[in-house]
Amino acid sequence: MTDHLTAQAHETPLPNWPEGLTRVPYWAFQREDVYGAEQERIFQGPAWHYLCLEADVPNAGDYRTTFVGDASVVVTRDADGAVNAFENRCAHRGALICLDEKGHGKKDFACVYHAWTYDLKGNLTGVAFQKGVKGKGGMPPTFRMSDHGPRQLRVATLHGLVFGTFAHDGPALDDYLGEEIHSRITRVLKDRKPVVLSRYTQALPNNWKLYIENVKDSYHASILHLFFTTFELNRLSQKGAIIVDESGGHHVSYSAIDRKGKTSSEDYAQQKIRSESGYRLADPSMLQGFDEFGDDVTLQILTVFPTFVLQQIQNAIAIRQITPRSPTETDLHWTILGFETDTPEERLVRLKQANLVGPAGFISMEDGCVGGFVQRGVAGAPREASVVEMGGHDAESSESRVTEASIRGFWKAWRAHMGL
Amino acid sequence: MQETSTQDLQALTFAIMRAQADYARCIDDDRLEEWPAFFLDPCLYMITTASNHRDGMEAGIVFANSRGMLKDRISALREANIYEKQAYRHILGAPCVLGEDEKGVRSETPFMVARIMRDGSTMLFATGRYLDTYRIEDGAALLAERLVVCDSSRIDTLLAIPL
Repeated sequence: MTDHLTAQAHETPLPNWPEGLTRVPYWAFQREDVYGAEQERIFQGPAWHYLCLEADVPNAGDYRTTFVGDASVVVTRDADGAVNAFENRCAHRGALICLDEKGHGKKDFACVYHAWTYDLKGNLTGVAFQKGVKGKGGMPPTFRMSDHGPRQLRVATLHGLVFGTFAHDGPALDDYLGEEIHSRITRVLKDRKPVVLSRYTQALPNNWKLYIENVKDSYHASILHLFFTTFELNRLSQKGAIIVDESGGHHVSYSAIDRKGKTSSEDYAQQKIRSESGYRLADPSMLQGFDEFGDDVTLQILTVFPTFVLQQIQNAIAIRQITPRSPTETDLHWTILGFETDTPEERLVRLKQANLVGPAGFISMEDGCVGGFVQRGVAGAPREASVVEMGGHDAESSESRVTEASIRGFWKAWRAHMGL
Repeated sequence: MQETSTQDLQALTFAIMRAQADYARCIDDDRLEEWPAFFLDPCLYMITTASNHRDGMEAGIVFANSRGMLKDRISALREANIYEKQAYRHILGAPCVLGEDEKGVRSETPFMVARIMRDGSTMLFATGRYLDTYRIEDGAALLAERLVVCDSSRIDTLLAIPL
């Protein structure tokens, strides 16, 4: 778990991508040149990226730093109440403009290196000694501050989420998400103010795409995670579905209590899957949640291409932001949410159910290590490919969750962005 | 906070040090089934980060408010969760007794935890401090509350075994 697989710099051209959507060559998780191309074509290309919550920057002068791929980004609230985002990179010689993770009461940002100054929108407003000292030195007369500045992101908000993109001519956020995904975000976040209950980062020993594959993989959920199945949180025999958007890149997987059908454990027993352990909780209060949405949906996992996850597992609501660090390292930033309207009893349920997720999560602990198992497993096999054929060959929505359609969808969108 | 006499302070510190030494050995020796017995019932055990603690954030990376929830942690590790074989080595500093109130004796103890993986690789997994509240019963210190405040907000891969 601790030894990071060193990625080789590849000079050789990329091998051809296999036909169809059901094979994913392992070099896609290994090569430096693929990682570099992703930064250009996806993270700085026409995709929208989660930046932070509006609640992270509630007042004028509030700021927070975040990442869009490799790029460090500053998010601010300005005096007009607008949310802005710009690269955390001084236009002069490239130093970080903002060294703090968050803060309040900023009127401007001054780079520590040479005190070039920026307003809350990221516009360059001051250059130290621009006119020189005593008539000597200084910037040439042709220098215009308006010609320089960190790149500013296009920003859009949705139910308290702040998204940004480097592409100023790409689709609007609403169009990018599409109606179905939009409505599923609305379901969780609409008309209530989130309260951050905790945040932490899980350092994953694998390529970022192995984590997103895992999130989109409803096939594994009830097999790898025994905690889920034993307590019938997510038996596949519950009713549920996978929604894959037209681009393939976004998805929703949900399951709901099937009040008509009987939840059978026979299917699991037949597959010899570890599902009948007889394991029971000494304190089952953790699983005694409250009906938050009135729709019997106990689980909704939603992804927005490339790296945003919104999770509802019972009353455990969280945002996961996936930040690639290298071909073989990924930071997973967790933000655990409650809401201002929570009663003390509801809040306690959220604190207890927060045990389900994160690096120590009863049902997500395995997701932290399984990507590393793959990264190590495929280390010597860049030209081999994974078999992503469960549920067929397409990337369409499905009423069965015994499918890898949303993984195929991810690769469909990834390849469209990458031109592969 | 009550005034604590020097003699009492020595006795308290000794009782807490004994409890901490036993606690660390229990985890590092993989006798995790015995771990919940270091706590009273009800209790509070929470692993959080220094940054979340500073900001007064309510949720933890691990949260338990009963001995039953602590037992569930261990039975999940033994029966349900999948992770590579690993072990910890806790190195604890001396406890600093901060005082006593109606909840018990409060102390703060710094820790370092190394994680040893199946392949022998060893890493500094966590540093931080225990913010504890002890109840002394028959000379033995039992945890009413243990807040494990990790210095860093980054956790490598997963946090399976308790800190």
